[in-house]
Amino acid sequence: MAKDQQEALFQQRVDDEQKIEPRDWMPDEYRKTLIRQISQHAHSEVVGMLPEGNWITRAPSLRRKTVLLAKVQDEAGHGLYLYSAAETLGVSREQLIDQLLSGKAKYSSIFNYPTLTWADIGAIGWLVDGAAIMNQVMLTRTSYGPYARAMVRICKEESFHQRQGYEILMTLCKGTPEQKAMAQDALDRWWWPSLMMFGPSDKDSPHSAQSMKWKIKRQSNDELRQVFIDRTVHQAEYLGLKVPDPKLKWNEQTQHYDWGEIDWTEFNEVIRGNGPCNRDRMAARRKAHADGAWVREAALAYAGKQAKKKAA
Amino acid sequence: MTREEALFRAVLRMGDNNLVLGHRLSEWCGHGPVLEEDIAQTNIALDLIGQTRNLLTYAGELEGKGRSEDDLAYLRGEREYLNVQLVELPKADYAFTIARSFLYDAFHLPLQQALTESRDEHLKAIAGKAVKEVTYHLRHSSEWLIRFGDGTEESHRRAQEAVDELWRYTGELFVPDEAEELLAKDGTLPKLTDLKAEWSATVDRVLNEATLKRPADGWMAGGGKKGVHTEHLGPMLAEMQILQRTFPGVEW
Ligand SMILES: [Fe+2]
Ligand SMILES: [Fe+2]
Repeated sequence: MAKDQQEALFQQRVDDEQKIEPRDWMPDEYRKTLIRQISQHAHSEVVGMLPEGNWITRAPSLRRKTVLLAKVQDEAGHGLYLYSAAETLGVSREQLIDQLLSGKAKYSSIFNYPTLTWADIGAIGWLVDGAAIMNQVMLTRTSYGPYARAMVRICKEESFHQRQGYEILMTLCKGTPEQKAMAQDALDRWWWPSLMMFGPSDKDSPHSAQSMKWKIKRQSNDELRQVFIDRTVHQAEYLGLKVPDPKLKWNEQTQHYDWGEIDWTEFNEVIRGNGPCNRDRMAARRKAHADGAWVREAALAYAGKQAKKKAA
Repeated sequence: MTREEALFRAVLRMGDNNLVLGHRLSEWCGHGPVLEEDIAQTNIALDLIGQTRNLLTYAGELEGKGRSEDDLAYLRGEREYLNVQLVELPKADYAFTIARSFLYDAFHLPLQQALTESRDEHLKAIAGKAVKEVTYHLRHSSEWLIRFGDGTEESHRRAQEAVDELWRYTGELFVPDEAEELLAKDGTLPKLTDLKAEWSATVDRVLNEATLKRPADGWMAGGGKKGVHTEHLGPMLAEMQILQRTFPGVEW
């Protein structure tokens, strides 16, 4: 079959809402886009363990410690599901991890911000997981079957993540003035980076149009961002916290909030490696990988010996 | 020492052992050698801290001074922690972490099994749930120790070094203090000498399969059970307790 015919057929399947499966024919660009996006997503889950992991040993009660451990463990599991989904496209987990460690692959920039106080753990659950959920709920309907199914599993766990974060902040906001100030400070620092999580504005988003056509993405960055803002402003009000945007204002006409301008210079700098924690995050991942090399080699060597014994 | 005082001390110790080891394991979260192990160690840490919560809550009830699980975990200093020194040693490399867990798990499992027949209903109930968890812990640490011992030259060397280094900290597990002695008499706790036989058999079996040598029993460290620790526990508690200590009496 000629290539343009195959492509037309492929697009037809996508338009008919049929899921694309690993063995199906797909355009090279579709495959590449998915590998990039899914692996980036997987790396984000894994790197995302670091800022929250920073507070596991200091969690202020045994209950909070347990919840945080369970949450970070979920993120590791999400990383696994996603690496597996990416592997169905013909890359190996090792290749993908090498790309992360060499700096070739990206991960979500939000994890390049530091967790400085306990309130940041609340803010991450509420805002970062909250923003991630919006994107992930959309992706449960993405056109590539294994990715969509991984998302369904992930989304089931995500709502607990957001809830635990919000609950941490709720407790702080009902607590002492110092605790409430801690919560406000966390919102001040995490608000704008959370809005950046949705990516560049639609007009500046190079891959968006094609991804929408292939139904990898189903809602635009700006649409998702607006829904997130509308929803989150109410939650901030309920906490008694102030969203750090002087231009934020309800618009009767559009039935949405108007809001200020994202600092895209900051956004681009963090992507370029100049966020507060880029170097620390990569150093931690590289160290874990290097320190673990002999462990992985031992597991392989042992498995090899066992297989030989079995065969003999 | 009354029976109540002895029980308080013994329950507290079981809680402390689990909490301190759980803390050390949780330090791997995000830094493990392979993602599956981050998950496994976190799982085990979660089990241990879950058991701790039950044990410390019970200890607080026994004491009768209104102390909660968090009061006991966060507001006691290192001289009041009663865990064995084995569990407080820094996590070091993955061979050390695995070997330490193995040496503890091989003790912890028969302890929990014995407690399912304790005269104390509360401990019996906690053990009923813990046995399943600890069975998995021991399987996990044994399997990895065997992989290391019978893996590569490097992993074998690291595993042997870890076992050798840790050996001196195993003696304390089986030396009863006054409380444990008292409670073994009336069937609340098992006799530690009985546990030692089982521990020893497990250790022999696994070390043998791992092609590792069992170190000779030499000088044994001790003191943890009396609250005399290595220098490593203090900094660990300082980190763990920082928020509770900095903002006393606050809800989190
Ligand atoms: Fe996740
Ligand atoms: Fe999450």
